Amino acid sequence: MKCISISKSNPAIQGRIKWTPCHRIMANRTVAVCLVLLAAMVIIAILAPWIAPYEPNDINLKESLQSPSKEHWLGTDHLGRDIFSRLLYGATTSFAIAISVVAFALIWGIALGGIAGYFGGLSDDIISRVIDLFLSFPSMIFALAIVGALGSSVLNLIMALALVHWASYARLMRGQVLSAKSNDYVSSARVIGASDRRILVKHILPNALAPVIVLATLDMGHVILSAAALSFLGLGIPPSVPEWGSMLNAGKEFMRTAPYLTLFPGMAITLTVILFSLLGDGFQEILDPESEVSGLVAA
Amino acid sequence: MMGYLLKRLAFMGVTVLAVCALTFFLMNIIPGGTAELILKHTVLELEEIPTDEQIAEISSRYNLHDPLYIQFGNWLAGALQGDLGSSYIQKKPVSYLLLLRLPATIQLAFAAMSIAVLIGVPLGIFCAIRENKFTDYILRIVTLMGVSMPGFWLALILILFFSVNLKLFPVAGYGELRYLVLPAVALSAHSLALTLRMVRTGMLEVMSQPYIAFAISKGLSPRHVIARHALKNALLPAITVLALSLGHMLGGAVVIESIFAWPGVGSLLVDAISGRDIPLVQGCVLTIVGVFVTINLLVDLTYTYLDPRIRYG
Repeated sequence: MKCISISKSNPAIQGRIKWTPCHRIMANRTVAVCLVLLAAMVIIAILAPWIAPYEPNDINLKESLQSPSKEHWLGTDHLGRDIFSRLLYGATTSFAIAISVVAFALIWGIALGGIAGYFGGLSDDIISRVIDLFLSFPSMIFALAIVGALGSSVLNLIMALALVHWASYARLMRGQVLSAKSNDYVSSARVIGASDRRILVKHILPNALAPVIVLATLDMGHVILSAAALSFLGLGIPPSVPEWGSMLNAGKEFMRTAPYLTLFPGMAITLTVILFSLLGDGFQEILDPESEVSGLVAA
Repeated sequence: MMGYLLKRLAFMGVTVLAVCALTFFLMNIIPGGTAELILKHTVLELEEIPTDEQIAEISSRYNLHDPLYIQFGNWLAGALQGDLGSSYIQKKPVSYLLLLRLPATIQLAFAAMSIAVLIGVPLGIFCAIRENKFTDYILRIVTLMGVSMPGFWLALILILFFSVNLKLFPVAGYGELRYLVLPAVALSAHSLALTLRMVRTGMLEVMSQPYIAFAISKGLSPRHVIARHALKNALLPAITVLALSLGHMLGGAVVIESIFAWPGVGSLLVDAISGRDIPLVQGCVLTIVGVFVTINLLVDLTYTYLDPRIRYG
């Protein structure tokens, strides 16, 4: 009783309790701006077939390599395809890839990391060794080999990137569950007869998730970069699918005469990745000011 | 310490072996394709369809009929004796091709790393000293750009600006120092930005420690405090990031090398993958992963010298 009265009399604590996560997100200006811009980009990516002024693969050799004009806002490429339309469709590709990869890595990582951290013992030993293994070689090289082996398709690219990305989530989740496990609320739940599954999903997971969400946000940008790099090399995305990285690859042949072909797709990638990293940093400030996740993404 | 070292070495072996095995089996997932691809890249034109006899001949020459685990076992047995087989397409020993290409990649990575350290560390310290001042803001924006920009895009912009417009550096090639400048800058951008960020955060954290306040109140000059008391402790996290970014560089080098026609292991790997030249892919992956895990081990070991509080049991 005494504790409660103290916290009620303390305006700082009281003020903080009233704030829901939603309020705190909107109070952080950077996060709010990034969220709005990214939401707008996702909506544009979804609506691309309706907004784009031209079909992304419409070849019109008469209008090839035009600089930006009223008809073609960002110009046309060597096949006369409209760059602006291709950028919009490219957003669809990039977001679809990033969301699928991160979702897969997140689910797989949370599941394995959760099991390893909660049950410990042999399962922990095995899962931890596999995590160590996946974190101990350069992921890009491995993704390159997988995509090269399986052939170019969006699905293969997603599989390859998901396979090299899940391990950092699993490691983070394992650590989180390990530290959450020793809390009193876990023992209390066990005492009243909750099953392992219920404790793990209902009690530990919500308390362990914050840094994982931060990592996922930062990773979105990272995945977009890796996907663009692979398709820049001509691996991963078939030529018929508009994608920012492969647009850069096609544009580099015409750098002398049509530099805008290399400028615009690169700007699109950079802007998206900047928004995701600012959003991730902002989430970290809001959800979990103590820990440092950014370093993990560097791997 | 000895036990720790042995454990780490064993795990390194397992890692390299696992990566090579995974690559090998993945490259062979599409059945029958290998012999056809070898023929298309060597004897025939790309559009020609090889006859069954040709496929059978190639398959028996390279033992492609054996089960995969036997093929991998043969490769492994050879690799342990230093024989990495020969390239299907270039018809030369893989180890010869690797030794030919390795110096260029080491040169590029070393140059990029030097740029990252020599510019990133001083700028990081500078930002920390001028926290929240104008220059700090500008450099933080530049850092954000550096981390978020695709390296290959930066490379293209550098070419556009410095080669095509100003004609200061060659577009692509290998040889004199001027060929090295643009690829090294493009490759270093990401690590440079990360280093700057880590040094800045590390410095800010260390500078708020009581022993720094004590050193300052003792009357030592700020220069002395930063150089002698703060820097050493602030650098430790930066070294971790640099080691990790070396892996990033080996991956990034693949793209940068193919843009600048830099004759390194990265571009060799890309060519090998597009031609499904499996022995060559295996050789490249083995080399890159081997270098990466070795460097990681060396970095972990240097920690004990840099920070005597760290002990491996």
